[in-house]
Amino acid sequence: MKAMGRVLFDVRKNKYLYVMLLPLFVYYVLFHYQPMYGAMIAFKDFSPRLGIIGSPWAGFGHFMDFFQGAYFWRTIRNTFMISFYDLIFGFPAPIVLALLLNEIRVQIFKRTVQTLTYLPHFISLVVICGMIKDFTSSNGIINDIIAFFGGERHSLLLEPGLFRTIYVSTDIWQHIGWGTIIYLAALTGIDPERYEAAKIDGAGRWKQMLHITIPGILPTITVLLILNLGRMMNLGFEKIILLYSPGVYETADVISSYVYRVGLQDFNYSFSSAVGLFNSAIGFILVISSNWLSRKLNDTSLW
Amino acid sequence: MSTVSWSGRLFDWFNYIFLTFLMVLTMYPLLHVAFASLSDASELMKHSGMLWKPLGFSMDAYVNVFRNPMIASGYTNTLIILVGGLALNIVLTSFGAYALSRRSLRYRKQIMLFFVFTMFFSGGLIPFYFAVMNLGLGNSLLALIVPTAVNTFNLIIMRTAFDAIPESLEESAKIDGANDFVILFRIILPLSLPVVAVILLYYGVSHWNAWFNASIFLQDRAKYPLQLVLREILLQGEASAMAEGAATEDVAMLSATLKYATIMVATVPILLVYPLLQRYFVKGALIGAVKG
Repeated sequence: MKAMGRVLFDVRKNKYLYVMLLPLFVYYVLFHYQPMYGAMIAFKDFSPRLGIIGSPWAGFGHFMDFFQGAYFWRTIRNTFMISFYDLIFGFPAPIVLALLLNEIRVQIFKRTVQTLTYLPHFISLVVICGMIKDFTSSNGIINDIIAFFGGERHSLLLEPGLFRTIYVSTDIWQHIGWGTIIYLAALTGIDPERYEAAKIDGAGRWKQMLHITIPGILPTITVLLILNLGRMMNLGFEKIILLYSPGVYETADVISSYVYRVGLQDFNYSFSSAVGLFNSAIGFILVISSNWLSRKLNDTSLW
Repeated sequence: MSTVSWSGRLFDWFNYIFLTFLMVLTMYPLLHVAFASLSDASELMKHSGMLWKPLGFSMDAYVNVFRNPMIASGYTNTLIILVGGLALNIVLTSFGAYALSRRSLRYRKQIMLFFVFTMFFSGGLIPFYFAVMNLGLGNSLLALIVPTAVNTFNLIIMRTAFDAIPESLEESAKIDGANDFVILFRIILPLSLPVVAVILLYYGVSHWNAWFNASIFLQDRAKYPLQLVLREILLQGEASAMAEGAATEDVAMLSATLKYATIMVATVPILLVYPLLQRYFVKGALIGAVKG
């Protein structure tokens, strides 16, 4: 009762602020918390006719079906493999580019590289995927080049062995320039005197990069790495469903694309919700643990 | 001073060559599309390999793209979503950012946590789908505006900016009897125009790029935003349907250049305003990074 009174007192004191917050409360409840409540259908045999409350309980049945189903390992493997490739190749790419740009002394050249490599970031995903599809088709430009060197033409997007490579390399192509912005800003924050001191000690450029530049941007790298790990479970879902086709599900189908297909194309609502809830839970655990790990290792964390 | 070593000079050469190669690699796909869109369809069909200039010259593809009613209606719908969406975005986000930056608000930490938690945990696609449908937003452009009214990340960026404004500025206004709405609109927002620009830009880009929600909530093709129309043409092989009216043997040919012209029509407007806005984008990327 006392707590209630305190809240009411605060509301009366800040009535205009609460009026401002009211639409946000409504928004978050309707579009974020209501779906969390609705995720209850993962434990039910939901039918839209009976509603969330009226549908009969199914316990952990849908989760069990997923864990024992044919697609459990496939979707888990693909989710982790694509994220892993992205982490190994996609994450360091802008860091390397930023370090290379940092060594350029001709400002106009540096700025030209930056401006041009930012460009693809602004092209919409649908258009990017349209271009990928066209360039990799059997009479597209990439096959023209393969054929020129005596190779055989085939539709590259339909090759299960190539899907992840295409996915990750085009992601690097689109975002490498944009990704450098944060690192370049972090680089300007490094005290120039440290470089002077290193030069006097006889450190070459390679040594300076190793002992001053990289440690200088390490906190930035850590924070971005945590953010990336946290997003891992939803990474690139839209791009995947734009690019994949049944022939490459073996290597392309991730958990979130499976949720989409089973739920909204096959109308298997409860099963799809169970898979989606599993996905959200893993994602949540990943954010919490990577944040904890980074605080342990080098005192940088999101909260 | 200038004790440039051999290895240093070698590295510089390698660096310039590599970055030049990277620029070519970045730009070539875009130039290829531009050249192909202006090429003569029959010559393009016969050609194999890289393009360094248009083959012949023809605007036929562009004429066909502009004649396509779906492109026009797609652009119109996207514009409606942008205007309506941005108005809602900026009002709600600045309300939230302002309220949460006031120290007098006793429970601001708890309220912030209530909002931020949604960044890390979600109910999933299907429950979200039903939440929107049950509000009667199905097959309506509102389904593309209201569910994305507030982006928590943008809310954090804006609150951080408002936090940095010294509170003494509003105190005199408060003594003069101004309420919080007056302070927000007369004092805080005019002082924060750069961050407002950044936030508008971020929301704008996400509205422009969005296609997924439209694909699950809209049935009526006349309501499709531009990106969904583009998906039909570029990814679901509807390009040939667009060439209708032409003689059948011309259809395959025309559709070859049509795709490219469609990409150009959907992308060039963005790339034209981009140099003007680059400054703000970069600033936004940095503000976002600070508070990550």
